[in-house]
Amino acid sequence: MTSQGGISGRRLLAYSVPIASVLAALVLGALMLIALDASPVEGVKAMFDGAFGSGKALTATLLKATPLLFVGVGITIAFRANVINIGGEGQMVMGALLSTIVALNMPDVPAAIMLPAVLIAGLIGGAIWGAIPGALKAYYGVNEILSTIMLNVVAVQFMNYLLRGPLIDPAEIERGTRIPQTERLPEAADLPFLFGSDRLHIGPLLAIAAAIAAYILLWRTPLGYRVRAVGQNTDASRYAGIPVKRTIVLALTMSGAMAGLAGAVLVFGSESHRMVTDGSTAGFTGSAGFNGIVAALFGALHPLWTIPASFLFGGLLVGGNALQRAVQVPAALILALNGLVVVFVVSTEGFRRRLLERQPAVVEEPAAEPEKEAPDPPDTGPPPAPDGGGS
Amino acid sequence: MSDFFTEAVLIATVAGGIRLAVPLLFASLGEMFGQRSGVLNLGVDGVMLLGAFGGYYAVLKTDNVWLGLLVGVAIGVVFGLITAVMSVTLKAEQGISGIGIYLFGLGFSDLLFQKWVGTPLPIKAFPKINIPVLSDIPIIGEMLFRHSAVVYIAFAAVPLSMFIINRTNFGMKIRAVGENPEAADSLGVSVTKVRYATLIIGGLLAGVAGAALAIDLKIFQQNLTNAAGFIAIALVYFGAWRPLGVMGGALLYGFVNSIVLQLKTLGIIPRSWSDIAAMAPAIVTILALVIVAQRFKPPAALTKPFERGR
Amino acid sequence: MEKRYLWIGLGVVAIVAILVVALSGGDDDETTETTVASGETTEAPSETTEAPSETTEAPSDTTEAPAEAFRVAVIAPSAQNDLAFTQSMVDAVNVVSGSVDMEIAITDGTFIVEDAASAIRDYADQGYDLVIAHGSQYGGSLVEIAPDFPDVSFAWGTAADTFGLPNVYAYEAASDEGGYVMGVLAAALSESDTVGVVGPVEVGDAKLYVDGFAAGVLGENPGADVKIVYTGSFSDVALASETAQAHATAGADVLTGSAQMVVGAVGVAAENGILWFGTQANQAQLAPEIVVASQVYHWEVVISQIVAQVQAGTLGGEVFVIDLANGGEVIEYNPGYEVPADVVAKADATIAGIIDGSISTGS
Repeated sequence: MTSQGGISGRRLLAYSVPIASVLAALVLGALMLIALDASPVEGVKAMFDGAFGSGKALTATLLKATPLLFVGVGITIAFRANVINIGGEGQMVMGALLSTIVALNMPDVPAAIMLPAVLIAGLIGGAIWGAIPGALKAYYGVNEILSTIMLNVVAVQFMNYLLRGPLIDPAEIERGTRIPQTERLPEAADLPFLFGSDRLHIGPLLAIAAAIAAYILLWRTPLGYRVRAVGQNTDASRYAGIPVKRTIVLALTMSGAMAGLAGAVLVFGSESHRMVTDGSTAGFTGSAGFNGIVAALFGALHPLWTIPASFLFGGLLVGGNALQRAVQVPAALILALNGLVVVFVVSTEGFRRRLLERQPAVVEEPAAEPEKEAPDPPDTGPPPAPDGGGS
Repeated sequence: MSDFFTEAVLIATVAGGIRLAVPLLFASLGEMFGQRSGVLNLGVDGVMLLGAFGGYYAVLKTDNVWLGLLVGVAIGVVFGLITAVMSVTLKAEQGISGIGIYLFGLGFSDLLFQKWVGTPLPIKAFPKINIPVLSDIPIIGEMLFRHSAVVYIAFAAVPLSMFIINRTNFGMKIRAVGENPEAADSLGVSVTKVRYATLIIGGLLAGVAGAALAIDLKIFQQNLTNAAGFIAIALVYFGAWRPLGVMGGALLYGFVNSIVLQLKTLGIIPRSWSDIAAMAPAIVTILALVIVAQRFKPPAALTKPFERGR
Repeated sequence: MEKRYLWIGLGVVAIVAILVVALSGGDDDETTETTVASGETTEAPSETTEAPSETTEAPSDTTEAPAEAFRVAVIAPSAQNDLAFTQSMVDAVNVVSGSVDMEIAITDGTFIVEDAASAIRDYADQGYDLVIAHGSQYGGSLVEIAPDFPDVSFAWGTAADTFGLPNVYAYEAASDEGGYVMGVLAAALSESDTVGVVGPVEVGDAKLYVDGFAAGVLGENPGADVKIVYTGSFSDVALASETAQAHATAGADVLTGSAQMVVGAVGVAAENGILWFGTQANQAQLAPEIVVASQVYHWEVVISQIVAQVQAGTLGGEVFVIDLANGGEVIEYNPGYEVPADVVAKADATIAGIIDGSISTGS
């Protein structure tokens, strides 16, 4: 990204588009606050203070941003292969479940073994839940958007089943309260805290490491080259001897693995250090599986830019909650505002893209959408007429 | 298991399956129009929720169910238009923009509900219509012809959609735009106008689906649809982009749910299996998707924004 | 091309206008109690700043400085007007605020457990005197948070565990007691001897209530058939409605259910002339013609005690239970439905029996 050197004015303008659209959504939110008889000035102040105003606020923002970054990084990987992974929610749940099972089954292991074990388990859980839609797409031509939505439903029911049954805290059965949660997970699995903080754990660092790893993977390894080649032009890749189907499965698997890690970090970095369900997916993930997609878009679908994008978006969510508490509006407003932000960011994505495209052609253009160059989906079967492919 | 095969239970299962299928049917038919013209709209559930609240509120205030349905239509049209602006004019990524509409609808419908209504009060339901003669047929009459008015409207929409898509000039344009927008464009068909039209139809039907659900249940509540809009999208694929197929999918989904429920009521499925049983519809849908995908191809231009000269 | 964007711009403006009008329009029609409640506290400081010179009216108007008011925060998973779990607590806090000078903050709809945890932490951080975590799923977080704020009192429920912490109260409802009474009423009123239950998920308060209800039905009529279905969701109204339909098919002429999704089931019951028993809040207004009675939670019995103890300096360590004996659980009959006198007498005898211990609800 920066290897190209100089940042032109147009490029700067392009990167300010998503920020401007978030501001536009916030203006709408402020108008809604006025309509609800709440002070928008107070609201915006509470929002900013709650997200960035103090050490505690920054910690909350970093923690909120962590799953967004993991999922967002996964999205950028899948997107390079021209696959949209809407299944982050389910993949997070499966990653969390598998890592929880691992932790529960080896209570007496030292942290040095426990931590890597649970993180890898999370990775694997998510990877499996990403590989399934990947295989369904590559080998059976099933649209990944649909299969992932359905797999999200399956995952949440599976979580409910496990937490209400096999994984429930034995004390809950004894007491007869049957709250669907695990027992306090082994302390060895607690994510270590940073800088002597009592909240800020290593999750954000892991997520940043994952983003860097994804960047290296995509642009510095043969596998990454194959992923991007498949995303840019399926046919050409096939002729060049790239195993297209396997690459698609791999891309979704890696994407799922990232979401799975997000799930594990959410469990072992949670306040309660337990896995608990309220019966819904969002109750566990906080919709990070969806919001991570937006963070990735916000970061121009580039793993490294997704880092600051996730941070800002995490701040937005944390700030929204702080706003709700400060001016006492129904929490539903924050959800509506979240939706507006998504709508605005996604809708103005085209402007950003166009601004970037009018640049003179460059060899490496990570922020440009592959979809422009390759309208063909990596579907199986004979591709449609080469509708003017290339440009 | 023998308890299940009694007349009363069978009738109730079929009738219940049909009732559960209605909102899905409306929403899926609408989504089908959009997809046939090449646009995937993931925001259906959000529009359904807004339509549900609008319909509920209108009936609460006026006691007129048809006005409620009309409000659902109006809200649906507005959000169909917004979807069209996003997906067609601004060429937003279709897999994601709909999620924004969904989250907005989920939050905003709840916000309005809390602001304007507060305590969920019941409203009037659709009138029940027993179709003369047919409703007197034993068993079948009770299963199929003693439903509320909106059920018949939903099923009447199926042949109507078939007619529009297969027999009219407009339908031909929809198919052309969905399969090969460049060719359609070169023949003078406005890709933009056709897609605007289909998305508005889609929004309209999603709004109706929500209003029908709320009025049928006689209540509104936060997240009333419980993600039915997403199921509706899957059913379009399931139905291979054909109205009859979509209807089959909606009915199958309704029946699976209805059967599971009856089996639970009769104690045939033990209570501890509740969560596992709740997975059944999703798993059945995935399997169905695999089978359908082997035989049918989606519209070639699906999810691809159109840009002239590329 | 540019014209098109002009249109889009106009459209956006129009939508914004509609949004704003939509949200502000409702004020005149409905009296929004919550905004009034929170409005009072926010207005107070502004009044004083407006008249800083010599008018001493402002402070006397607000009876005392806002800083000294007892500050209570409620964090709850569903909407504050859900006619069920969350509303029961919000109503209670509002009742208590009638006799104690309180400032109330409510964060509802916090079904995301981690968000609830940060809300709990934030309110504690802001120095609220009492933070009520109204959801059993919040306990795991609370046990980690409470030790960080030894000067803040926490209350959580429904649960019976204070984790041995000196600043945590727990509260729960003996919902099996009310459930048992309702079961007796149901059995007495049922002609088909078949009663149905539309449950959400077999946990916590819902399970307790349903078990008590079933025990009550069988206690009154050992030959009765109690059909219990848990839909697997707290919120799926359509499924709750269809479950009620299935019960109707199976011959049930009395139904009950728990959680916020029952509003759908009540509608079906009304349509089929099936009797309904409500719980958590008075559900008579949902269907005045068929709701027989509701078990209503009056958490204020507990909350007022907790508030008094916190004011006296005791921050926790005790478990409170609302039940029939202490008036925290009340069977409220629907005045619109006439229950035969002998049945009421039976229910009264059951209540007395439960209170004096001669009747066991079986749990």
